[in-house]
Amino acid sequence: MNITSGTEEEVTMDEIGTITDFIQDEAGHGLYLYSAMETLGKSRDQSLQELIDGKAKYSSIFNYPTTSWADIGAIGWLVDGAAIVNQVALQRTSYGPYARAMVKICKEESFHQRQGFEIMMTLANGTKAQKQMAQEALNKIWWPALMMFGPSDKESVHSQKSMAWKIKRQSNDELRQEFVDMTVPQAELLGLTIPDPDLKFNKKTGHYDFGPINWDEFYAVIHGHGPCNKERLEARRKAQEEGEWVKEAALAHAKKQRNLNAA
Amino acid sequence: MQNQASYITFLTRLADNNLILGHRLSEWCGHGPELEQDIALINVALDLIGQSRFLYQKIGDLEQKTEDQIAYFRDAGQFYNLLLCELPNEHFGTTILRQYLYDQFHYLVLEQLISSSDEFLVSYAKKSIKEVEYHVMQSKAWVIRLGDGTEKSHQKIKASLDKLWPYTDEFFMMDSVEDPLLEAEKIKKQWLVKVNQTLSEATLEAPEQTWPQKGGKWGKHTEHLGFILADMQFLQRAYPDAKAW
Repeated sequence: MNITSGTEEEVTMDEIGTITDFIQDEAGHGLYLYSAMETLGKSRDQSLQELIDGKAKYSSIFNYPTTSWADIGAIGWLVDGAAIVNQVALQRTSYGPYARAMVKICKEESFHQRQGFEIMMTLANGTKAQKQMAQEALNKIWWPALMMFGPSDKESVHSQKSMAWKIKRQSNDELRQEFVDMTVPQAELLGLTIPDPDLKFNKKTGHYDFGPINWDEFYAVIHGHGPCNKERLEARRKAQEEGEWVKEAALAHAKKQRNLNAA
Repeated sequence: MQNQASYITFLTRLADNNLILGHRLSEWCGHGPELEQDIALINVALDLIGQSRFLYQKIGDLEQKTEDQIAYFRDAGQFYNLLLCELPNEHFGTTILRQYLYDQFHYLVLEQLISSSDEFLVSYAKKSIKEVEYHVMQSKAWVIRLGDGTEKSHQKIKASLDKLWPYTDEFFMMDSVEDPLLEAEKIKKQWLVKVNQTLSEATLEAPEQTWPQKGGKWGKHTEHLGFILADMQFLQRAYPDAKAW
């Protein structure tokens, strides 16, 4: 299954269904949120166009390549896990349409997260090669997942205003810490090692301390220099370009029908 | 009643059509012309893959195999899907026309199976026809939109029709495997009526059937199937020791 623009392979009959379902849910989430943006006066087409033109931002994580089945598991577990931490907080955001979209999204995301964790569990308890595949995926995705929460509070440009307006309810660093605290015991349960030598439980704070994030990499990726930025946007551009004649045809047909009905 | 081997071939043909076409449709995931269309195509893909699983599980019961062994450890020559199902997506017009030609046929097959004397096939058909009814609605509407849309869309889908039409005759080439369960002539007649109706609404016309392309049902495939299988079966084949995924 050539899902999205990656190189994924199908695995079992059971999983090709769930994973396709998963991507479909995500496209649905895109729809809800673009619709929420419509309530602020920006049309869906405009939003998509800004994405394609490279003006709109999207999560830095999508600019990393997906190269193995374990990546699918690790993305579900960590990336959707991080998204949930963010989005659970956003259910209480001050803007109603955004908050309501988040309620539905959270339900589906937590299904994805559980599915991802289950994939990791199966691999971690599988053959040596499977366990290694799982560990490599964790190594690859751990740090980019932490970066998903955005720059540290000291550096974040938009945070102050968003917090004041209660759009954001918790700071980037708070959410990141919440994610680490939640995920470390899960990795232990899997018997996998988080790739951070500084990771340690801090009895005084009751939280896990973790090592420094490579912010140079983060800024490089959000400025278009991640391994897949160009491919990802190119895939969007291609879909739009190649779908143009289809949309034009649908409009032309609808207009003919309206004229017929009016006559 | 047929012998078991022939019954299994019957089920395998149905299942392989659904799996291979479902796989083809899944290639659109994330690439559709609009978000709604993207989601709709993948809905159909999921339905078809789900239907194939229902059948593979039954075959698995009869052959003491798992559905995964059947799907991932057969080579092209042992797949019995219609050639039409494995043809490349090309553009949206070719994809949706391929879908319509198959959906309309699929619906008629299920309609006959509902009144068969085989309990399993009846339950399969009853469950599936509800989904396929929707598939026909969706693909038919798009064939009409594209045929009767702009000059460009009309030309594009007309070219798709010329290309796909030779593959439709294989639908009705039934042999001793299908004869006890399906009436080929009746399906063909009904299919032609329905399809011609739709094509005329789409301001299109069925080309003349010159030389039908056939073979998939008997394991003789186009060059495309091998690539689908390579993509689909890679992981299971690369790690044959793995017991679960």
